Amino acid sequence: MRVMDWIEIGKMDDLGRMDTPVHRLDARVKAVVTFAFIVIVMTFPPHELSALTPFLLYPVFLISAGEIPLCYLLRKILVAAPFALVIGMINPLLDHQPVAAIGSWVITGGWLSFASIMFRFVLTVGAALALIACTGMLRLGAGLEQLGVPKVFVVQLLFLYRYLFVVADEGAKMVRGVEVRSSGSRALGFRLYGSLIGHLLLRSMDRAEHIYRAMVARGFDGEIRVLNRASLRVADGGFICGCLVFFVVARRWNLADEFGQWLMRMVT
Amino acid sequence: MSHHMVEVRDLYFDYPDGTEALKGVSFRIEHGGAVALVGSNGAGKSTLLHHLNGYLRTLRGEVIIGDTRLTRETAVIARRAVGMVFQDPDDQLFMPTVAEDVAFGPLNAGLPLDQVEARVTMALGRVGMAHLRERPPYRLSSGEKRAVAIATVLAMAPDILVMDEPSSNLDPRMRRRLIELLRSFEHTKIIASHDLELVIEVCSRVIVLDGGQVVADGPTKVILNDESLMLAHGLERPHSLRHSHPH
Repeated sequence: MRVMDWIEIGKMDDLGRMDTPVHRLDARVKAVVTFAFIVIVMTFPPHELSALTPFLLYPVFLISAGEIPLCYLLRKILVAAPFALVIGMINPLLDHQPVAAIGSWVITGGWLSFASIMFRFVLTVGAALALIACTGMLRLGAGLEQLGVPKVFVVQLLFLYRYLFVVADEGAKMVRGVEVRSSGSRALGFRLYGSLIGHLLLRSMDRAEHIYRAMVARGFDGEIRVLNRASLRVADGGFICGCLVFFVVARRWNLADEFGQWLMRMVT
Repeated sequence: MSHHMVEVRDLYFDYPDGTEALKGVSFRIEHGGAVALVGSNGAGKSTLLHHLNGYLRTLRGEVIIGDTRLTRETAVIARRAVGMVFQDPDDQLFMPTVAEDVAFGPLNAGLPLDQVEARVTMALGRVGMAHLRERPPYRLSSGEKRAVAIATVLAMAPDILVMDEPSSNLDPRMRRRLIELLRSFEHTKIIASHDLELVIEVCSRVIVLDGGQVVADGPTKVILNDESLMLAHGLERPHSLRHSHPH
């Protein structure tokens, strides 16, 4: 069951079904705001760090108001971290320009941009995961479709998500099958894993076919229909306006810097 | 003419690898009939069932549902009339909650939301699973999954129910409830099963398939009591028919 535990199958769906003020917001509104958030975070210059810190408020808001367990989300972010780490690691190797010094410790431009990349990674992936956790994949898909995202992409996205369960399920069964016959041995050799992965692919394709067949049998025609199709309310308007204004202000002025200066003025 | 009638005429089917799965199958099931398809593994039962809602296209021969001959164009109409319960309920349940899964078919049929809701409540109530509405399907027990899978099909209000091994993986109590449920349906029923005791209780007629052909077709008790026929086709005479005394 370790594979299942690792991806914590179904937990995202459970979270997406909760009922909090953030969950009640229209999926379209949350999608638009999160997309704007990601774009704005990406437009900062490569060495920027302090001006990015106020943006932490958005994912923190979703997580706290949406009552999403922080540890769970952090674990999910960690799963994706190696990708950002590999990309970010190139910077310290290329850029040796010193930009700051803390005591005798010199910080090069490369390390600063590495830190910036990792911070942006945490912000954007955290916001995207928080969005899914407080909306639910299905409602999010339906929202995207209502927004005019081509149906082909939305259906692909939903299937990708749904088949993740299928593959994990098949994988877990196979691992169990190997474990009962491997006499506790852990080193099972490449040949075995090659064969396992091949089988996993074939079995997943088979199950995917069965599921598709069941969907077609119940009239699936490529159109996604959900029960509670949301309609926009006043709270949605407030949320989108508030967030966008905050993003623009935080992009234009370095709020962390301003806050620091203001604090200094207050102290002196 | 009734939509509840199913007719298969001289149906042939080969799989792409050359396996001949069906070799000239013919039968006709009238409105309200309860028919069992029995036969050993690989006899062609599942292949035949997959023809009934147009999932496999007929290569030679005809499948007629109600008064519609199945073609690629009419498959959609047939799928509305034929509710198919698959062998593995995990294949059938793919939405985040039970209620959404049961609503999937009616929503696709384009029903207004209040009617969809009524269908969901009706179908879940019918199989006694109304309390599971908001649960995720993959966390249910095998018996509950089976019942919900049947509800997903009932919600589409089909005229004909087709089931592949409905009693597999069920404990005795769930199996008993399933039998009572099946007996209470007025739909035309086609049930492929190895569970011959279930067949005796639910179906009035049996079609025996072997090697892709119909080798026997008749009243349940007559066919299943024919020991030499049963043994010749990889089956056996059910225990309950061997002894007339109650135990």
